[in-house]
Amino acid sequence: MESAGFGAAWLQYALGGITIGAIYALVAIGYNIIYNVTEIINFAQGEFVMLGGLFAVFFYEACGLPILAAFLAAVAAVALTGLVLERYVIRNARQATVLSMIIITIAFSILLKGGAMLAWGKDPYRLPPFTGGGSILWNGVAVQPQALWVLGVSGIIVVCLTLFFRRSVYGKAMLACADNPAAARLVGIPVRTMIFLSFMLSAAIGAAAGVSITPITLMEYDRGALLGLKGFGAAVLGGLGQFFGALVAGLLLGLAESFCAGYVSSGYKDAVALVLLLLALFFKPEGLFGSKEAAGLKRF
Amino acid sequence: MVGGRLAQCVGRWSRIVLWVCVLALMVPAGVLAGGEPYKIGAVFSVTGGASFLGEPEKRTAEMIVEQVNAQGGINGHPVELILYDDETDATKCNLAVKKLIKRDKVPVIIGPTTSGNSLAVVGLAEDFKIPLISCAASYKIVEPVESRRWVFKVAGSDKHVVGKMYDYMKAKGISRIGIMTVSDGFGASGREELLRLAQEYGITVVADERYGPKDTDLTAQLTKIRESGAQAVVNWSVGPTAVLAVKGWRDLKMEGMPLFQSHGFGSKKYLELSGDAAEGVLLPLARVNVGPLLPDDHPQKKVIMEYKQAYEAKYQEPISSFGGHAWDSMHLALAALKAVGPDPAKIRDFLENTKNFVGQHGIFNFSPQDHNGLSKDDLEMVVVKKGDWALAQ
Repeated sequence: MESAGFGAAWLQYALGGITIGAIYALVAIGYNIIYNVTEIINFAQGEFVMLGGLFAVFFYEACGLPILAAFLAAVAAVALTGLVLERYVIRNARQATVLSMIIITIAFSILLKGGAMLAWGKDPYRLPPFTGGGSILWNGVAVQPQALWVLGVSGIIVVCLTLFFRRSVYGKAMLACADNPAAARLVGIPVRTMIFLSFMLSAAIGAAAGVSITPITLMEYDRGALLGLKGFGAAVLGGLGQFFGALVAGLLLGLAESFCAGYVSSGYKDAVALVLLLLALFFKPEGLFGSKEAAGLKRF
Repeated sequence: MVGGRLAQCVGRWSRIVLWVCVLALMVPAGVLAGGEPYKIGAVFSVTGGASFLGEPEKRTAEMIVEQVNAQGGINGHPVELILYDDETDATKCNLAVKKLIKRDKVPVIIGPTTSGNSLAVVGLAEDFKIPLISCAASYKIVEPVESRRWVFKVAGSDKHVVGKMYDYMKAKGISRIGIMTVSDGFGASGREELLRLAQEYGITVVADERYGPKDTDLTAQLTKIRESGAQAVVNWSVGPTAVLAVKGWRDLKMEGMPLFQSHGFGSKKYLELSGDAAEGVLLPLARVNVGPLLPDDHPQKKVIMEYKQAYEAKYQEPISSFGGHAWDSMHLALAALKAVGPDPAKIRDFLENTKNFVGQHGIFNFSPQDHNGLSKDDLEMVVVKKGDWALAQ
């Protein structure tokens, strides 16, 4: 251990930071999808992560599904929750201002948290890692196979989203809604369907993040708020609406937290995310990758 | 006219006299019946954040009252338990204690469940001179003892847990440790004691790490401890982070550096959640958690096994350390009522002079300087073996 020395510790911090950073990035991407289409910041995003983890536990333990099927079932169940949020809550309040809608999502997040507490109780739950076997020791750095799964799942989601937005008609239509909803409607894009789709998509992404981290971190009903907050930090830091920005900012936050815990003091770990967020808001309010001009056009 | 008024007057008087006679007849009748109940007030956090503590406490207290009344009460008086739920809220706890004192006029109160709530009501116990037996752990509940004349507590202090742990480390030749504590009240108090007592036991803390109660990843803290040259790791937290510490410790291959947990890890649920990773984890626990492992001649064996059998038969759930606190406070209150009757001042004096009271959490020896009555010898060092507790050698 001593022979591994400084380098091993450094790598270990980096690995831990990237793993948790990937989750922040996924949560941030979830914020961005909805924001792009509706300008709503959906504060229930963190709860989608929590629900993903808990649904996976339910499908795995109570229904006896294999882990991959439980993963997909959980993602589908949470996407359905996103659908309910859009269809029965947001759509009914479509005359309201963006700010009221944001407050509605806060109410919905409290509802989800309370519902999860009633359904699953207050105890944390565990899920086995996707693949068996303990951690691998490599040059003094312990690598959990599940951490690789988290990174893999995040990578796949980012690639798929990129393809979706660049290549598919629906993806392009969604981007068009983001750029200019009125013009999008004029050229025949069903804006309502796009909004609907955006909620389902971001709920599904949140759920995928939740299922992937549950084997590492456990999951319980009130985990969502903090993950949601960190993810929001990443979304703002990267520039609201910027997918690439969210990815970089998420990883940056994760790494900053991990290195702060390692080399400064673990007591200040949570402060790092907030300080970075404040610095960004002071000096570059449109985020690292956002453009000032585009930010000026947004209502929120 | 005058005569009429006089007659009216006499009529009224005779009626009053009649009522007085009736009342006078009723009072001795009540006394003769003998069944005037002895009241015990209780405040537990049955719902809210600390409900996992308050629920077994409530169940234990109710079970004991049932048992005592089935055996004819104390000295011929049935026991009446007046129990309020403070919803883990300090304000509601304060109101509940006021209600117990002013409206229900109880001579003794057991609870509250948490340290925060207990500190919110110690002032009431002092002002109204009603003895209060708290089920929470913070030493501040009973110290400074000059301003806590009416307050007692039955949960051990962190200094006992740390003392037991450090004793064990010394016996195993461990002198350099890394500590990691959660940044809430529980962890902060543990950290304070770990740092304060280290020197006294000849132990050096070479790494002092912290994390939040909702943190999802502790590998950074553990890595830092791994690199610090410590011989052992101490983790001090309750909830999911206690399990994350175990998993992280195993994943980082730190078996060469034994992991000590606080008594906060002392729940079977945490063992289940940690699975195989918990093998070899060490922690000091109160004997109520390890009743079946105790030798038969241990003085606490009998009371613990009796409580365990009765509780598990009645509620179909395992006993917990927290229910044990309710057992201790309830039986102390009952012993006091039996010895001195429902007089708050006499109950206080009785409690303060109680010695060798065999309870679930230890053998209590109270004194005017010590309103807790426990010591580090009331704990056992326990190791996780094949997913269950075993006494550590």
